[in-house]
Order: sequence, then C-alpha cells, then structure tokens
Amino acid sequence: MIDVKGLCKSFGSNLVLDHIDQHIDPGEKVVVIGPSGSGKSTFLRCLNLLETPTEGIITFEGTDITDPKVDINAMRCQMGMVFQHFNLFPNMTIRKNITLAPVRTKRMTQAEADAEAMRLLARVGLADRAESYPAQLSGGQKQRIAIVRALAMKPKVMLFDEPTSALDPEMVGEVLDVMKELAHEGMTMVVVTHEMGFAREVGSRVLFMDQGHILEEGKPEQVFGNPQNPRLRDFLSKVL
Amino acid sequence: MDLTQNYIIWKDMMKAGESLPAWQEAFVKFYQAFIDGNRWQQYLEGVGVTLIVTAMALLLGIVLGVVVAVIRTAHDQQRIGQRNWLLGIVNAICQVYVTIIRGTPMMVQLLIMSFVVFKSSRQFTLVGTLTLGINSGAYVAEIIRGGLMSLDPGQAEAGRSLGLGYADTMRFIVIPQAFKAILPALGNEFIILLKDTSLISVIGGKEVLYFARAIADRNYEQMFPLVGTACIYLVLVLIFTWLQGKLERRLRQSDRR
Repeated sequence: MIDVKGLCKSFGSNLVLDHIDQHIDPGEKVVVIGPSGSGKSTFLRCLNLLETPTEGIITFEGTDITDPKVDINAMRCQMGMVFQHFNLFPNMTIRKNITLAPVRTKRMTQAEADAEAMRLLARVGLADRAESYPAQLSGGQKQRIAIVRALAMKPKVMLFDEPTSALDPEMVGEVLDVMKELAHEGMTMVVVTHEMGFAREVGSRVLFMDQGHILEEGKPEQVFGNPQNPRLRDFLSKVL
Repeated sequence: MDLTQNYIIWKDMMKAGESLPAWQEAFVKFYQAFIDGNRWQQYLEGVGVTLIVTAMALLLGIVLGVVVAVIRTAHDQQRIGQRNWLLGIVNAICQVYVTIIRGTPMMVQLLIMSFVVFKSSRQFTLVGTLTLGINSGAYVAEIIRGGLMSLDPGQAEAGRSLGLGYADTMRFIVIPQAFKAILPALGNEFIILLKDTSLISVIGGKEVLYFARAIADRNYEQMFPLVGTACIYLVLVLIFTWLQGKLERRLRQSDRR
C-alpha cells in the first residue's frame, strides 16, 4: 500500500531521516516507537508529504507521491492524519469541522456529510456535541473528534502522530479505545506513540527508530519480548 | 422670542461695534457657523462624503492588504530549496510598495497623486479616495501578515492533511481565525483612515473639513466650524468603536466554554 525507498530528510545540515526503506501492507498496524528526536514524527509526516523528503521515493498504491506533478490533495484525501495537538478548527462547530473537507473536496453533499458526521460521532459517543465548539470539549473528546474528522474522508490509511501525548492520563484510554476499534475493523494504521501497551496489544509490526534509522522491527512479542539491538534494550528498560 | 430674530438683532449690534455679553456673542457665532443659510446641510453633506470615502478607501485597502499579505506570507513560508521565482518577483514588488507607502508622509502622497500623477483630473475626492486606499493597503497588509504568521501552523497542516487545497485552507481555516485576531488592530487602522479623510480637503476633496473651512473663511470666524468638525469626527469614531466592540463580541462566540 505504502512503499518507501531511500527516504532522507534533513532540516538544514541536520539529517533527521537517513535512507529509510519500508513497506506497509494493507491492513497492517505499524507502530513506531523511539526516543524524542529520533525522526518518528518526521517519518510519519513524510508519508503524506507534510514534510517534503530531501531524497527518496514514496509510493502510495502505485503512485509516486514525491513526483511534483502528482495532485497531492487527491492523495491526502485517502490518508487520514491525527495530530498530537488535535488541531481542530476553533472557529467552526464540531459538525463543520468534520464536514468541511468532504464537502469542499466534492466527495459528499452537505446533507450526506452531515449524516456521515452524525453516524461517526454516535460511534465515538459524542453525537450530542455536534453543535459545540472545540473550546467547549475536553482533550480526550477533541482527539476523538479529530479521529472522526479524518475518518469522514473515508481514508485508506490512518496516520497517528502521538495522539495521546498531549492528553491527561485519565483521557488516554478513551482515545486508545477508539483506535483499537478502528484497528479491529481492519483499517491500515501507522501510529507514532509512547503507549507501549497499545503497541503490544494492537500493533501487527513495531518499528524502533533512533537517530534517523530503523534499528529494529518485528512483531510486538519479538520486539518487546526479545529485543536484539542494545539501543532498543536500553530504551525499553527506561520506558517499561 | 424667535431665535432667528435674536440672531439678526445681535448680529447687527455686533456689526455696529457694540460689545455684547460673551454668551450672546457665542450664540451669534454658533448660529452663523451652523444654522444661518442652512449651513448644517453642508456639514451633513461633508459627513456623507467622509463616510463614502472611508468605506471605499477601506475596501480598496483591505483588498490590497489581503493580496499583499497572502503573497508575502506565501513567499516567506516556502520550503527551502523549493523557491518559486515568480513569487519572488511579486513579493519584491509588494515589499517596495509597503516600504514606499510606509516611508513617506500621507500628505506628500496626496499632493503627489493630485498635482503630479493625476494633475489634469478634476475629480479631487476620487483621487483622494484612491490615495487613501493605496496608503491604507500597506498598513492593512502588515496587520494581516502579522495575523497570518501568528496562527499555529498546525491549523493549516490539519487543513492540508484533509486534502483541502491551499486556497480552501486559507479561506475557511486560516483567514477567519487571523481576522478575529487582528480585528482590534484593523479597527484602529479604520479609525485612522476615517480621520485621515480630512486630509483630502487639502487637494480639494469635498468632505467635512472642506466645508467647515469654507464657512470659516466666509464668516471670518474659525473656532466654531473647526471645533464643530472635531466634534463630528469624535462622534463618528465613537459610533464605529461601539460597532467594532459588538463585532468582536460576536466573533468571540466560538471561545465560550
């Protein structure tokens, strides 16, 4: 589904990603872990070109999205993204937050989008907040709305950039529950997270990144149960 | 007793060189400045022109300001290594425009526009409006640019990540939020613009001050027409300040918790 070849990204002279090769199959739940500054978020943001790669090719369903001639907006329509700080639009109601993109990209009429928004909101238990503004919601509610907003575009893959890192500990569970449900439905997911429990439970594959390299990857049992790389062992001993 | 009769009697007494009590003298001067010959209609006409000039200059200023601000922000937020040369040229033109307008006095700009650029035009009010609009555009551009730059880049990223184009992201997400943030500064600029319309009387633009000075010259009495003009501007500014407060409260409805 997503194929990454020789991906490099540098900010000025600072090399953040160093020749990453990765292949993500449909239905996979790839969890990316690693210390701060290891390039996890940059890797994720390159997948939908929020960061432009310095080098390398990213192919999404057979289309090279790093080609400047590709309609990147059409590609992004098929990739949902959830941010650490939610990034809901504070000037719009929740309903408008969710329906803006499907309507403006002409995927749905306003009526269809409204119906879809209500269906998705009911799923995450927030149907009664459709006419609220983001400022009126808790962090956990905001992040669930942000997930719904991305899902309303009916994406083929969901990218999560530390979705629970900005939440109160109490609210982490409600967001992870929505993500787990999504995973069980077969959504392809790439998740950057510090939630090792989630990685172990939901991940079909875990990537450990440090200093722009993927140092170890494999099934969660293997990565957490029998880590090979010394840097990974060191990391796990600190976080688990 | 009728006020008009009073006025005529007292005015004749003043003309004859008799000294009147201060309040009678003030009454005569006031009557002369505002009521005699229905002069209040001229002030009213001037206020109408002032408002129209302000509205048109504001419109021009906002259009120019938005265009310049969007170009300059787009230029400044380009990714390194992906610079667009066309955008570079347009950005340079915008920078020259802002520098020249902000670097020269409004009065000099008016005189140049009237006596150099449009020296054969008799449409003084129109030339004045154009100059005010162009002048205001430079300031509005900087205000808007500040608003656009101050917004969390995550907002635009969220819009783009949903598949919205640059134009839609600006229109629905960035500009509405930036507008709310810059409204106080924009209101300030509007008030400055409203008061600056008085400058166009220098090139013959027919607004309040133009009529006030004509009346003052005719009566050989400066105080009442000028103080009256000041009061008119003050009242206008108070009205618009009140309206701006109302607008700000309305835009703040998404902040309530």
